[in-house]
Amino acid sequence: MKYVDEFRDGELAKGIAARIATEADPSRTYHFMEFCGGHTHAISRYGVKDLLPENVVMVHGPGCPVCVLPIGRIDMAIELAIREKAILCTYADTMRVPASGGLSLMKAKAKGADIRMVYSASDALRIATEEPQRQVVFLAIGFETTTPPTALVVRQAAAMGLTNFSVFCNHVLTPSAIAHILESPEVRELGTVKIDGFVGPAHVSTIIGSQPYDYFAEEYAKPVVIAGFEPLDVMQAILMLVRQVNEGRAEVENEFSRAVTADGNAKAKALVAEVFELRRAFEWRGLGRVPYSALKFKDEWAAFDAERRFDMPERSVADNKACECGAILRGVKKPTDCKVFGTVCTPETPIGSCMVSSEGACAAHYTYGRFRTSKAAA
Amino acid sequence: MSVVRTGYVRPLDIKRGLVDMSHGSGGRAMAQLIDELFLAAFDNEWLREMNDQARVPMPAGRLVIATDSHVVTPLFFPGGDIGCLSVHGTINDVAMAGARPLYLTAGFILEEGYPLADLKRIVESMAAAAREAGVPIVTGDTKVVEQGKGDGVFINTTGVGVVYEGVDVSGAHARPGDSILVSGTMGDHGVAIMSLRENLTFETTIQSDTAALHTLVAAMVEAVPGIRALRDPTRGGLATTLNEIARQSKAGMVLREAAIPVRPEVSAACEFLGLDPLYVANEGKLVAICAAGDAPTLLAAMRAHPQGRDAAIVGEVIADANHFVQMETGFGGRRMVDWLAGEQLPRIC
Repeated sequence: MKYVDEFRDGELAKGIAARIATEADPSRTYHFMEFCGGHTHAISRYGVKDLLPENVVMVHGPGCPVCVLPIGRIDMAIELAIREKAILCTYADTMRVPASGGLSLMKAKAKGADIRMVYSASDALRIATEEPQRQVVFLAIGFETTTPPTALVVRQAAAMGLTNFSVFCNHVLTPSAIAHILESPEVRELGTVKIDGFVGPAHVSTIIGSQPYDYFAEEYAKPVVIAGFEPLDVMQAILMLVRQVNEGRAEVENEFSRAVTADGNAKAKALVAEVFELRRAFEWRGLGRVPYSALKFKDEWAAFDAERRFDMPERSVADNKACECGAILRGVKKPTDCKVFGTVCTPETPIGSCMVSSEGACAAHYTYGRFRTSKAAA
Repeated sequence: MSVVRTGYVRPLDIKRGLVDMSHGSGGRAMAQLIDELFLAAFDNEWLREMNDQARVPMPAGRLVIATDSHVVTPLFFPGGDIGCLSVHGTINDVAMAGARPLYLTAGFILEEGYPLADLKRIVESMAAAAREAGVPIVTGDTKVVEQGKGDGVFINTTGVGVVYEGVDVSGAHARPGDSILVSGTMGDHGVAIMSLRENLTFETTIQSDTAALHTLVAAMVEAVPGIRALRDPTRGGLATTLNEIARQSKAGMVLREAAIPVRPEVSAACEFLGLDPLYVANEGKLVAICAAGDAPTLLAAMRAHPQGRDAAIVGEVIADANHFVQMETGFGGRRMVDWLAGEQLPRIC
């Protein structure tokens, strides 16, 4: 496959691996957090770990849009489908996220709720035009990458005068989540989480640009290398991070220059700013309430805001006590540190959200990397 | 006064007619549907006896029976339809026992309101597939369900066959050191189907690979009678099939990603849908496991057959108490190729 295979080339990977091995200082350990679930997935799927020396350790970050969605928000979505009898349109990954009372969107669907899997926000809009007698709600999730398409369909719905279409907005922001992690006591005071640098987001950065990360490099003295989601991108970014650490630099560098500019996509940013504004605070699974970390509809677009149209108060539901998703999303624990990992919590019967999406740290380790840590059953 | 013509029945209006409840009632309308549609298409000496069962001669040997229900959506897809699929699928299930398929049965569940013209296309496609394979449909059944209680047409087929002499094929027979072979490119059928699903509008030239594989199997068991395991990687794709065999044989496996044949178009479609071709269904491919020493002979026999042109050795069976299927990635790392969790869901980011 032209333009993709080039970034999965095993021979080139060997070359970069050799350079990382040569340049990494054997007297120290390097801890790099890959923020995005897309990177987590690439690392596991292509076996990138096998190409890294022992002293270069990757820490999974919270950048999996499905994983950070708290139970309360899924409960609200289910209520929209059941109580309001709306057609709830959602990206597929969200279907299996555990909600309260043993439910999930998939189980609610089996109980008769009209929940449909869509590939894009515009599919949801199409359903609204095809079924004018039904209320259609798009369950919008994701970081800055998926936000512009949501804003676009809202504007289209307004232009078409649709009164049966609304959006349940759960869009969240990357920089505030990174800041939250860097401000956490585990990183700042206790030193239980060592982070020497970040592999910065790929697709998110195509929208917001590389400039928003300057603050982390300066304020927290942590290098950031923005990298694409292909395995060679990740390898190259790791090499660049090793070099920054060795040279005592903390800069924002851009490995993903084929898609990311300093300022990002001005048109997309303007579109988002037209429809959405910052929420004062938003609950993330694992991180709790994070200030100014999510978006909500501006008042002039209130007619398309499902939370207002159906009068849904925000609710907060605690995670299952045995589940360590919170600590795993903050990088404090590894999937295998969780007691329920691979026992009661598996991709078939997930307890926590990290086991649901293939971008989640637990699902990635369970699905792709389990052979590294499994002891054969006697 | 009109003259009553004895024995006259107005022919079915295939062009404009629809399936109605009377076609499943056991009355005259059902008899007519069977006569004019099913019997006309499947015609053979056993069906012509018009009994509720078929009495057929059986050669000596171990009997193989397999059944499969087909509920594919959409009913017509690039490279095939539910009709030929229901014939190929069951012939393949029988053949994967290292067997020669002999007879098929067909059970139809029709939804009230389904156009007879489309039903005729499906039935004729089944008949053509059965004729081409040389495996007659010898008995059948038709039921009609009310509108909204079916999905147009469901077809169950059962196949009967006999195992070739001296052949003992089972998913439980893989042993450490054995070679794993596939007969061709992976994922064609699933991607062809997905390209037509209502919420996915992408155009593709990919055709379903639906095909009966019994002649390929015959050539393979002739070349290597000691072949250990055969299976067609349908639902769940190659990954699921190998996990099943690993569990049955209580062994592990290691695949080489670079050796697994995947069409560039399939690989591209999977890429943008966020799917893994190893989990996508095939309907005209098989997986074979044999002793490493037999692998070159088996590979040559497969490649000499039109359905095995792209055959390849893709990995080996290893001793592993966890029964994991692992893969050396083209990138140079290693990962698991696990059981599919739930449905294969596209990723969003």
